[in-house]
Amino acid sequence: MSTDTSAGQAASGAAGGTHPTPDRNEGLTADDLRDLSPADQDLLLYRAMAFVRAFEERVETLYKQGQVRGPAHLALGHEAVAVGVGAALGRQDRSIGTYRGHHHALARGTPPEGMMLELLGRAGGVCGGKGGSMHVLSVEHGYLGSHAIIGAHLPVAAGLGWASQVLGEDRVTACFFGDGATNIGAFHEALNLAAVWHLPVVFVCENNGYMEYTPIETVVPVTYPAADRAAAYGLPAITVDGNDVSAVREVAVAAVATARRGEGPVLVEARTYRHGGHSVADPAAYRPLGEVEAWKARDPLAVHRDAALARGGDPAVYEAVLPEVREQVAGMARRAQEAPRPDAADAWTDVWSDGSSTWRS
Amino acid sequence: MAELTYREAVAAGLAREMDRDPTVVLIGEDLRAGGVFKTTKGLFERFGPVRVRDTPISEQAIVGAAMGAAMGGLRPVAEIMFSDFYATCWDGVVNEIAKARYMSAGRLTLPLVIRSANGGGIGFGAQHSQATENWAMCVPGLKIACPSTPGDAVGLLATAVRSDDPVLVFEHKALYGVRGEVPDGDHVVPLGRAAVRRSGADVTLVGLAATVPMCLAAADDLAAAGVEAEVIDLRCLVPLDAATVLGSVGRTGRLVVVEENPGQLGWGAAVAALVAEEAFGDLRAPVLRVSGGNVPLPVAKELEAEVSPSAAKVVAAAQRALDHRRVAPVG
Repeated sequence: MSTDTSAGQAASGAAGGTHPTPDRNEGLTADDLRDLSPADQDLLLYRAMAFVRAFEERVETLYKQGQVRGPAHLALGHEAVAVGVGAALGRQDRSIGTYRGHHHALARGTPPEGMMLELLGRAGGVCGGKGGSMHVLSVEHGYLGSHAIIGAHLPVAAGLGWASQVLGEDRVTACFFGDGATNIGAFHEALNLAAVWHLPVVFVCENNGYMEYTPIETVVPVTYPAADRAAAYGLPAITVDGNDVSAVREVAVAAVATARRGEGPVLVEARTYRHGGHSVADPAAYRPLGEVEAWKARDPLAVHRDAALARGGDPAVYEAVLPEVREQVAGMARRAQEAPRPDAADAWTDVWSDGSSTWRS
Repeated sequence: MAELTYREAVAAGLAREMDRDPTVVLIGEDLRAGGVFKTTKGLFERFGPVRVRDTPISEQAIVGAAMGAAMGGLRPVAEIMFSDFYATCWDGVVNEIAKARYMSAGRLTLPLVIRSANGGGIGFGAQHSQATENWAMCVPGLKIACPSTPGDAVGLLATAVRSDDPVLVFEHKALYGVRGEVPDGDHVVPLGRAAVRRSGADVTLVGLAATVPMCLAAADDLAAAGVEAEVIDLRCLVPLDAATVLGSVGRTGRLVVVEENPGQLGWGAAVAALVAEEAFGDLRAPVLRVSGGNVPLPVAKELEAEVSPSAAKVVAAAQRALDHRRVAPVG
């Protein structure tokens, strides 16, 4: 059991039979879940996904109102991958993700208030107004950032694993990327390096079927864009239903354990689906009729709720979760909209470690 | 005080930092074998496979892993064998490493160094001879050090390794065999402080790395003709010691910038613009640049020399500056 204060509080609340506290947004790790009953674990997993859902729905609305600065790539439909893998990581572990990364940030505990401020370009955002939607992070929660050049962060994940290995630290790094990233060189260089160095990294491909606007099967000659390539580098690869949080969590637990034992990297390919377009600005008219509906019938929240109810979960409790977190996120959005704008002078700070941007005498 | 070659100084400098700090690690190609320029000779034997890591030919993996390692608590020194190969991993350098601190509002710190063999003059051709320091100078967030002596190879490297900012060190491959004195003990040269290698009142010559000995040779020739040239070794492009350049121009009134990269957009243009903006009143002649030619570098000796800066070209430029007479407007 983690001795971390926030994890301890959350876990004891849920273990005590009450449903999770409404303001609990510090992410969901293996440490939080370890000592809970299966029913409480179910509920926390559902709540974590519901929070991501509510957050992304609100961002979509705000974007359409013209209030989000820059693009926003939403994770609607991807919730189970972030939450399932997050639930397999310990608090000391690290993760790193892509420009479609709100869910990965939230799953580790990145403060949603700070993310909302960042997205709306207000003072106090998690990147100080210098990163925006595509670069959110929380170093203290082990989320080392959303990176917006496809594939560039896979070698960075290898480097994080290398540091853990050299320093003898018990830390696994989970690296999330999309199916589109499997065709860029950095993906192959990173997998190869991680494999030959036996690095404690779990590569997680979030395969939503589309590289931006193009169906992935038209640009990849194999069935599983990531998993089929992993074999070439000697990486064990696991494919999983990315819309089933319990299934994702189960394979992630095994993958993280392998990496933690020093047996080298593992690749997980989770098949999921993007409910919307590549970004909010993309109406995604290129998708065949009926495809969205078919996938929404397997919505990750519904899949998990139905499974939890079948295991004896209380329908009324589950029914209450989404409205509750939506209300919470709406409040965050209202407060963010009322928050002050950043001081323009902040644009000149944080280039160098002395805080300045001075390049000459 | 030991006399070392520039290449020995690089290896010695790396060893000193690795001795001093156990989090300093090396990553790159052929390091175990000592490196193609023998700049890591003996380090694998001394520090072992955990701290001296050979990589596949995977430059994106090298710079990305260096970045991740720096985020994860190490102080990696990555090697890109030839600076031309930055083109294969430029994304990691300019989009990731240069911007991580800024985009995270200071929450990410990347204490890393990338070393590479830079520049021409030894017939390696267009893909292995470029002076690419000007590429890096276009990108805020990268510090750029270019040692011209064995002493600076140690001193600038030491500062770079200890810096919490990413530093690109461009070692000049034509200088690797040059001998020079390296101070014993903890020899540190601050980043962003130029060295005045020779004092003179008539004309300022500004060089970097291999163009510094070129400027000194030119200054010898000029002295024989009665002209006293001041030679400034910039040492770093970022931070740039503009004050030392401006101060010198304030005394001499004439400036010749000697850069190896192509003149069409070299670092010399930035120095020239800065002097034009801030020391216009001090100038007694136009600022002149001796630059690399605006062609890919050829191999044959005569061809490469034709398009490269040289002491003779520096002397000619200095003479032009000295011969310049301001003509009063016709009235």
